[in-house]
Amino acid sequence: MSALALYTADVVALARKDLKLELRARDTLPAMLLFVLSTLVVFHFALPAGTGDDAAFGLLWIAIVFTALLGLARAWAPEREGGALDGLVLAPCDRSAIWLGKTLATLAFLGAAELVALPAFALFFAPIDLVAVAGVVLASIGICAVGSLLAAMAAASRGREVILPLLFLPLAIPLVVGGVGAGISPEGATYLSFLALYDLVFAILAWATFEYVVTE
Amino acid sequence: MSSRNNLPLLAFSTAGLLGAAVVLALLVAPEDADQGVSQRIFYFHVPIALTAYLCFGLGAWKALRLLWVGGERRDLESYTWIHQGTIFGALTLITGSIWAKASWGVWWSWGSNQLVLFLVLFLFYCAYFMLRFSIEEGARRERICAVYALFGVALIPVSFFAIRLASDFIHPTVFTREGPQMTGTMFGAFLVCWAAITLLAYVMYRIELVGKRTDANLRELREVLS
Amino acid sequence: MIAGEGLEKRYGRKRALRGVSFDLPRRGFLLVTGPNGSGKTTLLRLVAGLAAPTKGTLTVEGERGDLGYLGHESLLYRELTALENLDLYGRLYRVPERRERSGMLLERFGLWEVRADRVSTFSRGMTQRLALCRALLHDPALLVLDEPYTALDDDGAALLDSELAALTGERTILLSTHDPARVALLATHRLVLT
Repeated sequence: MSALALYTADVVALARKDLKLELRARDTLPAMLLFVLSTLVVFHFALPAGTGDDAAFGLLWIAIVFTALLGLARAWAPEREGGALDGLVLAPCDRSAIWLGKTLATLAFLGAAELVALPAFALFFAPIDLVAVAGVVLASIGICAVGSLLAAMAAASRGREVILPLLFLPLAIPLVVGGVGAGISPEGATYLSFLALYDLVFAILAWATFEYVVTE
Repeated sequence: MSSRNNLPLLAFSTAGLLGAAVVLALLVAPEDADQGVSQRIFYFHVPIALTAYLCFGLGAWKALRLLWVGGERRDLESYTWIHQGTIFGALTLITGSIWAKASWGVWWSWGSNQLVLFLVLFLFYCAYFMLRFSIEEGARRERICAVYALFGVALIPVSFFAIRLASDFIHPTVFTREGPQMTGTMFGAFLVCWAAITLLAYVMYRIELVGKRTDANLRELREVLS
Repeated sequence: MIAGEGLEKRYGRKRALRGVSFDLPRRGFLLVTGPNGSGKTTLLRLVAGLAAPTKGTLTVEGERGDLGYLGHESLLYRELTALENLDLYGRLYRVPERRERSGMLLERFGLWEVRADRVSTFSRGMTQRLALCRALLHDPALLVLDEPYTALDDDGAALLDSELAALTGERTILLSTHDPARVALLATHRLVLT
């Protein structure tokens, strides 16, 4: 098998492992779904009457970011339980494949949460157009790419889950700008290109540096 | 050996240069027609900001070298540069805030892209310290901090564009700020200030690094003796 | 196959390993003993490549895929079944005929009956046996085993005894234990840490 085929096989095996684990344990995904719904309801009560749809859309992004954080905090939990991260690191596969597999799985969970959040938002607040949805998709890629690496860093620290939001939020700011802009600005395409740029830059950086986060 | 010898000399020259800078900025340079006295803060605010960027950049460079080549030395150097960068970043926010108050009467303006960028970076690098001190000392910590430092420099241009985009539509700029039109003397004063502050950062870096290395050496000595 | 010279490992102020040197030729069996806290685990982690020495040099022949490691943690996924765990590692280690090999190992270590049960339902002894299967799955040239007899009952220990007896002289083995008497006869080299 060629190197690329082997790499892809590794990534697929790892991502499938995460999906299988979540289907069995069923603790992270339901929490994310419920969390995002509850947050949207809270926003309704938090927003004074007469607030524009734009403001509500901004709050949708807060819901997405914090739901993502919820999922990311538990992203490496299965590896922590049995020390399996050492097992993965010892294997001959490329370490970046570990990151990519985890990112794809986390993306699947976040996507599932968004499949619930977006229709709910359209129902509770205001309709969403295709550009906004494209923004959500692109930003989610960035969130998971950066988030899974940061979560691995956080796993090595004593602070554990507490430190993950601190690491993640400054890096999430450009994503929020891109996502909100895609939704409410008439020049949505500009924001979409910006999100694509963020994804490219940070995905490559995460892909290249993950090895150094999990080895000594 | 020679580096230890030239540090006092360097420190004194920096002090001298800073003194000259202050005199030039506050007294010698002509007053700006538009903004008046408050414009003088500009002589310090901009160099401080530029120096902060430089420190973050150097911190990331040392981090890259650490990952490439290795060596505990580079970890301390990267950390110290980032520490300096954070100090100068905080100073940027403070001087920028003073300037905003003097110019427009508000302590903070989201319209000032430069300040907002520094706020984001300040948050990012504060998290660097929280990360660093929550991980046990060792090779793992060095690498994780180095990777985070690299993310920092990648964040700088990306955030810059994000904030620009945000200003464009989400927060339309209320105050437009143009750089002051500088005459020859003003530009000269600016350059002297810039040189002085960059040198100050370097001297502070060297002093802090000496302190950290001495700490490390003392610790090793204590262990060997015990 | 392994050569270590003046190895030292420091975690900040704590020194876990101090000035250790040893040599292990191919197909040798190195027995590492010492009291708790003497650095056995640290040394084995260094050899496995999970940590890097702060001082000294360490050369280990072979690549990552040639090494089988058993640590204090099982390195398994608790919510996957025994078979699924071995299947995943089999893929990552590019084990040819991984299903057959997994089945054979599970049978050899008495886990065939529970192959479709999740690891979270296993006893400590069973988990340790499965961890051994995982370490042996890709038939590694170098085996690094950190106190492998931990948690094993008499049957499990007997299985491990026979496995080690079969592998001695065929593979390079580095083993740390509290109970050296058990494997003393098999060992060709000894290293005592203080």
